[in-house]
Amino acid sequence: MISLTDQGFDPGPLLSGFCRGRAETGAVASFTGLARAEGGETRVLELEAYPGFTEAQIGAIAETARTRFDLQDLMIVHRIGQIAPGEPIVFVATAASHRRAAFEACDYLMDYLKSRAPFWKKEHGPDGARWVEPRTQDHEDIARWA
Amino acid sequence: MARVLLFGRLSDIAGWREKTLEPSPARLSELRARLAADDAALGEALAAPGVQVALDQVLVRDDAALSTRSEVAFLPPMSGG
Repeated sequence: MISLTDQGFDPGPLLSGFCRGRAETGAVASFTGLARAEGGETRVLELEAYPGFTEAQIGAIAETARTRFDLQDLMIVHRIGQIAPGEPIVFVATAASHRRAAFEACDYLMDYLKSRAPFWKKEHGPDGARWVEPRTQDHEDIARWA
Repeated sequence: MARVLLFGRLSDIAGWREKTLEPSPARLSELRARLAADDAALGEALAAPGVQVALDQVLVRDDAALSTRSEVAFLPPMSGG
């Protein structure tokens, strides 16, 4: 399941729900990303998406991950709109027969969400706002999967 | 009327997020030239490396023919999670 939401979410119940009824799964890995305050530099994080296109691109990333890691299931929840520091911004869960695939798929999905999913992130701070662009680290992270 | 959508920093540079062009440009290259003629700073930003184009929600790398109902989106480097 892939969803974008402008409402806050609690990762706990999402993970519990994802784990339910999985007698044959064996391994679930999850990742929760939280908005950072950057020492007071970021008061609000604003996330923009391209409705329709963003979901489709994430869907394509998810399908690639599903095949590559032989996943049984996956879940991606991503916030859009205004996000306060400390709030969850992204939640990813993966289900596989064994842990290595679940861990790696989670890692892969996050690397792709960081720099290949159509989101644009603006940090609003005390000195104004600035658009966040992918860092060198983000490009290096994604290159690991080539 | 082709519809143009700008995302991220591009909409801040242009001062708009969405615009329709009348008459409709026949090609993507013509659409770029028209936007650049109206706003040189925007034209430069749209041509910058890392800015991708989606035509009717499909990424395109080269020039392309447009229809009067085309939706052209300019996408600066993406940053999620």
